[in-house]
Amino acid sequence: MNSTAHIAKKAPAARGGGRADYVRGLVMAAVLTGAAFTLVMSHALGNTPLTIAAVMGLAVAQVVVHMVFFLHMSSRSEGGWNLLALLFTLLLVLIVLGGSLWVMYHLNANMMPPSSDEMRQMP
Amino acid sequence: MSTGSQLRLVASAPRLRFHLIEPYHPENSVLLGFWIYLMSDCLIFAVLFATYGVLGRSYAGGPSGATLFELPVVAVNTGLLLVSSFTYGMAMISAQGGARRSALAWLGVTGLFGCGFLALELSEFANLLGQGAGPQRSAFLSSFFTLVGTHGLHVVFGVIWLATLMVQVARRGLTETNLRRLLCLSLFWHFLDVIWIGVFSLVYLVGAMQ
Repeated sequence: MNSTAHIAKKAPAARGGGRADYVRGLVMAAVLTGAAFTLVMSHALGNTPLTIAAVMGLAVAQVVVHMVFFLHMSSRSEGGWNLLALLFTLLLVLIVLGGSLWVMYHLNANMMPPSSDEMRQMP
Repeated sequence: MSTGSQLRLVASAPRLRFHLIEPYHPENSVLLGFWIYLMSDCLIFAVLFATYGVLGRSYAGGPSGATLFELPVVAVNTGLLLVSSFTYGMAMISAQGGARRSALAWLGVTGLFGCGFLALELSEFANLLGQGAGPQRSAFLSSFFTLVGTHGLHVVFGVIWLATLMVQVARRGLTETNLRRLLCLSLFWHFLDVIWIGVFSLVYLVGAMQ
């Protein structure tokens, strides 16, 4: 790190974005939220897995918008530690959420009550 | 080096100059620490989301999301929280510009939106309880109330914190300490809005289709 960068970093720079950043974030978030609600409330695609996938996709996009425009996440904030902590958390969330759903789904499928036919053949 | 040679060195040098080269230290690591707290909070919500994901379709013969959820109300609630996130951003800009009165005004508006959100959510809960769809009705409703209730509780504490900080700023002004506190609360507030995205998408929108 050279000396000017050192000094520049020491100066308490105004954290966060400007007014335009927040307006941009608000508009994008409102559009994404509106799209998700309209999709479900208008039954445009019906109650299909496609609708669920679209809602999930819109949610992920909106999370990214909030992270960038409201929480001002970037690889530079707090010397990259913020992003590193976030990525690690995302990994844990993925394991916890994905793992639980995966395991429990299979458990459900394998623990279905036996049919009357199977019951009759039981010893 | 022996003491003798050190002394000779000092005597011969006209003036001693020291260049201390230190690695970079952030002024305070409060923000990073607070961020790590938020990440741990994120894990709490992840577990609650996972619980809801596993139990969310076990109705025990009770009502499902399609009959219980009123999406227009949820849409208004979502709007309230989103706008409050924006107004908090405006408060931060005012605060960093040193404009105390406008910062206080924006914080007040943010608090009002937060209270509006809580009022709507409480009325929704009361409505559900009135229909006999309380947390004890089915596994679906237990996990629903736990997840949404935990988020609501976070908003309650956010509003209390907001009111406390408004008193602090009104009495002490926009000092460095108060600015740091405002920054921490801004992270908390925006973070709650991010969690709400998961709640309205996974719980309400997907639930209303079941």
